[in-house]
Formats: sequence, C-alpha cells, structure tokens
Amino acid sequence: MAKDAKPRVKVPKLAAAGETITLKTMISHKMESGQRKDSDGNKIPRSIINRFTCDFNGQNVINVTLEPAISTNPYLQFDAVVPEAGEFKFTWYDDDGSVYETSKKIAIG
Amino acid sequence: MTLSRRDFVIGAGCGVAFASMSSLPAYASLVEDSIAAFTGGADVVSGDIVLDAPEIAENGNTVPIEVSAPGAASIMLLATGNPVPAVATFNFGPLSGSRSGNTRIRLIKTQEVMAIAKMEDGSFRSAQATVKVTIGGCGG
Repeated sequence: MAKDAKPRVKVPKLAAAGETITLKTMISHKMESGQRKDSDGNKIPRSIINRFTCDFNGQNVINVTLEPAISTNPYLQFDAVVPEAGEFKFTWYDDDGSVYETSKKIAIG
Repeated sequence: MTLSRRDFVIGAGCGVAFASMSSLPAYASLVEDSIAAFTGGADVVSGDIVLDAPEIAENGNTVPIEVSAPGAASIMLLATGNPVPAVATFNFGPLSGSRSGNTRIRLIKTQEVMAIAKMEDGSFRSAQATVKVTIGGCGG
C-alpha cells in the first residue's frame, strides 16, 4: 500500500504572525472498510488509515482518529494558528504500520 | 421423546424469529456504547456545536461533513445507521485555529449523523443532522 499513498496538502506560502489559516489535506488511499465482499463472497479485510496528525514546529495542531466510515482518499480540512515562520508536518498512520509524511514551510510576511 | 418433523420446523422457526428480533436494536446499542465510551456517562446537552451536512447525499460513499464547536477540546462524529457508528474523532492541539473540522464520510443509508463535542470545561455538547442517501456507501 505504501507505494500508492500519495499525500497532498495545501498550505499558504505566507501568513501574518498569529494569523489563522486553513489547511487542506488529502491522501490517496483506498480505505477498505472491512465490510465489503469480493466476487466469491469473502470479506475483504480492513485496510485503512487510522490516524492523522498535524504539527507546527513540534506543537500539535490537530490529531484525528479515522474509522472505516471515512471515504476513499481521506480529505481533512482544519484551521491552524501560525505564531512564527516554520514548518507544518503532516503524518498519516496506516493499519499495516506504514507511516506517510509530508511537510510544508510557511513564511511570515 | 421423539421430535417430529412438524415440531422441529416450529422450533426452528421460533429460533430464527428470536435471532432476528434480538439483532434489530444492535445498531442503537452500538451508538450508545460509542457515546458512553467518549463521554464516560456524562450528560450531553444540545447546542453550541454546528454540524453542517447535506440534506440529500446522492452518493453515500462521499458525504461532505463539517463540524465546529468553539471551545471544544475534541469532537466525535457518529453515523447512527452505519454497521460501525464511529466515523472520526478530532482532537484539537494548542495551535488549532478554530475548533472545526471538515471531512468526507461514508453513509450506508438514510440516517442521522451526530456530533458530540467535549468542551474544555469538561461538559459535552451534541448536534444532529439527518442525511438522505440515495446510493449507499460501505459497498452495501
């Protein structure tokens, strides 16, 4: 699964100090719910991303627990405060133990 | 005592009827269990939380849901009609800008979506919205 999961995030390049900005994230993942059956009637085992976290310069912004009811290619949108210039770090945790990471820098201007 | 065919059929029929009756409220109790696990049995008051869901979802596989509750420490989303009611739990950190989240969820059928917020003072708030689903998600 690790090779298919492609994280995408949208972060503004510039923000004023202390400004609240909106972050949009999406990762390509099939989010197999464990409820579906294949053509032979066998249950397809669950395989989802079960946790997502976003940190800014080591401080937590949001920590989301995901369940199988989250759609394919999980999309999350949330707000963050930018106290200084730095880097947002986004992390997704897969059921199979894989961890997908990406980061985006933001400047104060 | 010998079991006649007729006795057997009646007995088996009752067994099936009983099994289907007892499985009916299963979803409801799952929802209550999820709520109890999140709140620890505390009272949940409605209000102070906004749950934005479409009235009609053409495709249950991706239903956009937005929830916001100023002053919340975490927000749990529940789909009361799904085989597994839990959907997601947002836990807000110190740099969270607004206590809100937006995601896309799966709904197997027309049902009520519920959001419960745990406020920073330890109280709980809830909001509900009914979503009409024309094509179910979860591969049903």
